[in-house]
This record gives sequence, structure tokens and C-alpha cells, in this order.
Amino acid sequence: MIDLVVNGKKYSLDVSPDTPLLWVIRDKLHLSGTKYGCGLGICGACTVHIDGIAQHSCQMQVKDAAGKEITTIEGIPEDHSVKVAWQEEDVSQCGWCQPGQIMAAVSLLKTKPQPGDSDIDSKMTGNICRCGTYQRIRRAIHKASKMTGEGVKK
Amino acid sequence: MNGSMKMSRREFLKGGAIAGGSLIIGMYLPLSHFSAALATPETSFSPNAFIRIDTDETVTIIVTKSEMGQGVYTSLPMIIAEELECDWKSIRVESAPVAPVFNSPVFGAQLTGGSTSIRTEWERLAKAGAIGREMLIAAAARTWNVVPETCHAENGRVINSNGKSLSYGDLVKTAATMTPPRDAPVKSPDAYKLIGKPAHRLDGLAKANGSAQFGLDVNLPGMLTAVISRSPVFGGKIISFNSTKAKAVPGVTDVVQITSGVAVIATGFWEALKGREALEISWSEGEWADLNTPALVKEYATLSATQGLIARKDGDPGKEIEKAAKRLNAEYQLPYLAHATLEPNNCVVDLKAESCDVWIGTQYQTECRNTAARISGVKPETINIHTTFLGGGFGRRATPLPHLVDALEVAKAVKLPIKLVLTREDDMQAGYYRPQWYDRLSAGLDESGNLIAWRHTIVGQSIATGTPFEAMMIKDGVDRSSVEGAQDIPYSIPNILVDLHSPKKGVPVFFWRSVGHSHTAFVVESFLDEAARAAGKDPFEFRRALLADKPRHRGVLELAAQKAGWGTPLAAGRGRGIAVHESFGSFVAQVAEVSVASSGEVRVHRVICAVDCGRIVNPDIIRAQMESGIVFGLSAALHGKITLKAGRVEQSNYQNYPVIRMDEMPEIEVHIVPSTENPGGCGEPGVPPIAPAVVNAICAATGARIRSLPIQPESILSEIKK
Ligand code: FES
Ligand code: FES
Repeated sequence: MIDLVVNGKKYSLDVSPDTPLLWVIRDKLHLSGTKYGCGLGICGACTVHIDGIAQHSCQMQVKDAAGKEITTIEGIPEDHSVKVAWQEEDVSQCGWCQPGQIMAAVSLLKTKPQPGDSDIDSKMTGNICRCGTYQRIRRAIHKASKMTGEGVKK
Repeated sequence: MNGSMKMSRREFLKGGAIAGGSLIIGMYLPLSHFSAALATPETSFSPNAFIRIDTDETVTIIVTKSEMGQGVYTSLPMIIAEELECDWKSIRVESAPVAPVFNSPVFGAQLTGGSTSIRTEWERLAKAGAIGREMLIAAAARTWNVVPETCHAENGRVINSNGKSLSYGDLVKTAATMTPPRDAPVKSPDAYKLIGKPAHRLDGLAKANGSAQFGLDVNLPGMLTAVISRSPVFGGKIISFNSTKAKAVPGVTDVVQITSGVAVIATGFWEALKGREALEISWSEGEWADLNTPALVKEYATLSATQGLIARKDGDPGKEIEKAAKRLNAEYQLPYLAHATLEPNNCVVDLKAESCDVWIGTQYQTECRNTAARISGVKPETINIHTTFLGGGFGRRATPLPHLVDALEVAKAVKLPIKLVLTREDDMQAGYYRPQWYDRLSAGLDESGNLIAWRHTIVGQSIATGTPFEAMMIKDGVDRSSVEGAQDIPYSIPNILVDLHSPKKGVPVFFWRSVGHSHTAFVVESFLDEAARAAGKDPFEFRRALLADKPRHRGVLELAAQKAGWGTPLAAGRGRGIAVHESFGSFVAQVAEVSVASSGEVRVHRVICAVDCGRIVNPDIIRAQMESGIVFGLSAALHGKITLKAGRVEQSNYQNYPVIRMDEMPEIEVHIVPSTENPGGCGEPGVPPIAPAVVNAICAATGARIRSLPIQPESILSEIKK
């Protein structure tokens, strides 16, 4: 049995310890906001936070996530500046990459509350958007940063 | 696909060979006869198949088009809401079930493609909304015992001139008892409140919080997951397999042979994948096992030196080129391309003795239902196709659905609900590519540098052969999608010959965002640039002069040039390139600003895009689609190629089929030409001009002419050395 804490909730699961965390989140916990895009750690669709740090859940075996605090897109508050900015800038197109983008952006803003374009480039380049929404992602990150800076949002 | 949209409006209504009769009847029938396709509860009112209003004030819009990012779950409801006069915030969207009323008038089937959604839906959705509004007004008038003329609708309420008002929710019960009128007046554009202005996407929240449901997210009680081991070569067959080791993998419940290969069924995706790794299969690879890209290119090159089937002939280009003051010859080539939608293909099938439910992110619902009926043997009436959100479409999800066949066959064998999943690798190697192309061109200029003759031979597989689109797309042996954008070259040139070879190969090919235009725009707009340079003329002015009788081409060309500061000095090392192309009823020009590093690496700094897509619904969605098309086309121009070695696709995932990422993203500026023309498409027309604009900019910056995609740094360097 493997014990996991996801979005503050405890789970005890009977899964093979080498199963990637992604597939445990999707197939066993049915938290389907975390997406699969490549399975190789090169698209970012599966990004979650492990103890507050953005990680590719397809590259982490579930046994290594045991005992850590796991946050998925479902665990980000609905009024979080990044989620709000994403809607205001109409970032999403097909939407498949967006939970991963948002998880990466939330983590970027945590470490760099006022990121410059080059910070955004280096952090967000791990996340593919096949619909090409990058320009709006950039705008939304700046906007979220501004909202937080002005004390409008967390 | 585009060709079919070139019908005049009269032909369109008459129906002709292209559009199936039934939908045209649909167009003629008063909307009141579009009875609701779903049983409606008593607490709601459905004036027609597209609208349902509930007593709690919710207005549900039933959208027949698939939402794959292009914004139809926002723009189509805007059209209805404009006429219905409902509160925009009360709108909810539901995907349509399969029913004739939801068919596309162009395809005669329920299909999202060809950038047609706004073009074919606008009129009938506006009517649908107007009829709903008139019924609500009539219901209120009856309640108050006044004449309807003293009432009007506004923001979800009917208001009487005496000041009384009732909400739509209050009127549901009365309206539901009334007979829909045969027709209702639609607004004149100057009265629009929603149309023409940006509105936020209705799916923005669901896509930001992860609640939007895609095919891969569907979960049914007792459902198992299947992955398929398919032949490494297209068309290969199983000789034998051993499933002992696969069955021993924990979580694997079954291994079954199906038509396309061997299915491993397990309690989850990971377990199924582990099981597949343990499978032992021997394949008979069949006739395509010797396909190799370099040999294929050579074969096409040889073919291009002979004349194919004629798609267009004006004058005598052969003779005119012969005696021209200046002659140009060039060969262009483009590779197979994968769609690489970020959500790999998948579907969920729940097959029962007398019914079948399918959840699938599809662009082609009618074909899904036909396929489900064919494979399952269940009556079509009892098949429900649930269209989920699509994690990218780009044509890939309008393909003939082999994975649905797989899922149905597995479900039949194991008698449990099945989720069929393609891994990224499966998805990239299973086919349905943009064809590989080879083009041979020549042109003649007179003494003053006027373009007097143009010859263009095209070689590449037909995407329509053997598909349901064959009769619609192939005329006299010429697949119109192979020559669209080349045969209808907009420039006024007195002598033109365009001909086509369509060799048959085992590689599955199909629609890929912008279809033939992704290929022809690159070739035509690059070679035209070559002609301009050979004539010693400015590429923008050269085009402009040849477009004297094409005002909409000229309009976008001039706007893009002006916004980009065409002709003004650039930073050292940078070059500007321009291209203009019409597709899917829209006109797009783009100016790209690039630089080339000493390594040959290309950097696209800025793209200025001008679009004329006629009357518009939501300008922000148009901007988003242009941005998206540019990035999609840029991925292909800089990185995209699918190659074959011993019949095997060499690419497998984003490490060897790279796409544009944030660090390569240019700044994009989109300008929309105000227009009262009929609406054009938006999902695809942003793609075609970007590759030629970039290649022309590289030439402006370095003098190197690139004639093969994707752009290779080495070829730029070797061209510069020449
Ligand atoms: S699925 Fe994990 S990075 Fe792509
Ligand atoms: S929105 Fe479609 S992949 Fe990013």
C-alpha cells in the first residue's frame, strides 16, 4: 500500500510502486485535470506540485511521491490570480496543455513574483502548447503577477 | 474542402453534387420544424434543436460543431444569443447528439472542418435565436393579454411598453405550449450588441480549472483500458503472437487479437502499457516495408519532370517560357507532417446488447456513428455519440477513426466498457499525415520584368482516395485539395499550367490544418518571390501589381506591409518577408521579420498578420486563431518532418518531432480588415502564409533561397556560400 496526500486529502492505494504518479492521479484518483502528452517529461502537460515545486508527474514513480504534499490543478483555488488571469486573457484554446501551463506558471510566480520575459521563457519552455497560445500565456503571467503585486489576489 | 466552399450562394442552397440533399432540405425547412433532438424535461422550453431554456433561467445552446480550440463553443452561442436577446451569463453549452438536423450543409454529415463553422451556421443559428425570441415575446403577450407588438425582449426578459416584465424562465411553461413561427426577423448588423465585439470564451473556466472533460478523461464504472500493438509498417499483418508474459503482468486482464493488431486490456493505462511491452508478436510486414524517404523523394522528383493530369491551363506557358527574356526553374519539397495534437487519440466505448455509447473527441460524429453501427451490429438509433472537448483537432480527429474501430472490437470481445488509448508514440506513428510533396516550377519574365508564364507540376498522394470524401473532392482524377491554392493562383499571369501526379503509397494521409494550402502557399509564394527578385522588383510591389483585380488580396497585403513598416530600415542582420494567401473564404497576408545566426539557426522575431475574413463574430477569437495558425505553420516550417526508414516512421515523440515552444515564440500582431462580405473561415487560413513569409525573409536577410521544408540551418549556410 502506498500513502499519498493529494490536494490535502489522504489516500491509501494498492498500486505497483513504479507506476508513474501521473497514471495514479488519473486512473486511480480520477483527478483528470492533470494531462498526459508525451510520457517523457518533455511536454509539461502532466505538471503538478510536489512540496510546492513544479514537477512532471509522468517522470516520478508513485513510491517517490509518498509522504510528500502533492498539488494538482484541482488543488489551486478557483480565485487564484493565475486562473483568473488565464480567463481574462482568454489563453485557452483546445485546453489540453493548460492545467500544466497553469501549474508551471503558479510555481514560477512563487519563486519570481515579478518575472521578466526571459524568466518566463526559461521556465515555461518546458510546456508545449500545440495550439500556440504562448503569447497569451506570457500576457497572463504578467497580469497575474501584477494582480498579486497590487494585492488584488493571492 | 475549400473548393466546395467556392459554390455561389445560389448553388449552395440548390444543393448540387457536393452537398447532400437532406441538409439542403434542412436549410429550406422553417426552423420550427427542427424539432428538439433531445427529449426535453417539462421545466424547459425548446423552440428548436439548438436552444433549450429552463425555468431557472439557464439558456442551453446545443452546438453541433466540435470544440477543438477554435472557439465554436463561444462564437456559435454568440450568434444565437444576439437574436435571442438572452443574458450572456445565463448561457451553457452542450454538444449535439448525432441527428440530421445537426449536419453540416457542406458535408452532408455532422463534421467540423474546412473552417466552415461560422460560414455554414451563422444564418440558421441567427434564425433559431430569432424564432426563440419571437415565441417568448408571444408567450408574454398572451400572459398579459396584449399584442406582441407592444413587447420587446432584452437581456433575458420580455418587457411591455407599460413597464411590466417577465423573465425567460417565467415564460418557459407558456412558450412551450406554443407553435413555433415559420420564420422570424433577424437583426440588422447595426443593432448587434454581441456580434463583432470580443467576448470571453465560455470554456475558459473549465479549461483553467481542469474540469473540462476530454475523451481521455472519461471514466465509467468497471471500465478497462486497452492499448494496441500495431504493425511497425503500414498494412503489416500478424503471423503469430504469444501473450503468456503479457498476461502475467499485474493488472492485465486480457489479451485479444483484433483487426489492427493485438490489444492488451488492463485495469489502467500503465498496466496495459507494461503488458504490451511483454507481448511477443511476429509480423508479416507487407508491401510497404521498403519505403524510405530519400528514395521516395527521388521517385517524386523524377515523376515531376513529366506532365501529370491538368488542373488548369491558360495560354501556352511551355512556349512562352521558351521564348521569355528571363527564365526561372526551381524544385520544392515538403515532408509528411503529423498533427501531434497534444491529447493523443483515444475513445471510450460502452457496448451493450442493444445499445452503444461512445465518448470521443471527434470532428466527425456521423462517421463515428456509422462505424459504431458497422462494427457492433447495434442499430444506429441506439448509438449515442458523446462529443467531448478535443485536445486539438487540426484534421486529425476527422480521420476515418481506426482507433474507434479498435475500441469497438475490443469491447465486443471483452464485454466491458473500454477506454482505448494511443500513446504519444502510437499517435505519431499510426499515420494520417499531411502528404509529402514535390513541386517543379518554371516561369518566364519579359524584358521589363513582367511575369508572363507560370508552370507548376505537383507530386503527392491524394488524401481523398478511398475516403467518404472521394466523390466530393476528386474531379477528373484531380484531387482538388492537392492543387488548391496553386491552380487558383491569384496573380494575373497570361499563361499558366498546373498539373498533378497522385502516386499511391501505403502511408495514410489526410486533412492537416489548412489541407492543400499548407503546401501550395509555401511553393507559390516562395517561387513568386524568386520571380520578383529575378525581375529586380520589390516583392511587395511585385505582388501588388499582379493583384490589380483582387481587392481583398491587395487589402490584406497592403495592411500587413503598412503595419510592418515595409521598406523602412531594420536592425542589422534582419530581413523581412511577405506572403499572401486565400483559403477557406478568407484572405491573409503576413510579414515575418527574421534573423539568421552564424550557425544558420533561424530566429523569427515578429509576425505581422492582416486578415480579411468577411463579417466577424468575435474579433478576439479571430486573433487567437491567427496566432495559433502562425505558430502551427511555424512549427512545420522550422521543425516538422515525418520520415520513413524501412517502412517505419522514424519520429515518435516531441523530442524528434519538435514544435515551437515559448522560447521560440515570435511577437505576433493581428489586424482585422473591417468587412461586410460573407464570413470566411478562421481556424486554418492563418497557417499557409507563414512558411513562405519566413523563407522570403531569410532570403532578404541572407540571400539564401530555401526550397525545402523544414528549414535546415545547414542548407541556409550552404546557400549563402554559393
Ligand atoms: S506527459 Fe509528462 S511531461 Fe509530457
Ligand atoms: S491550448 Fe491546445 S495544446 Fe495548449
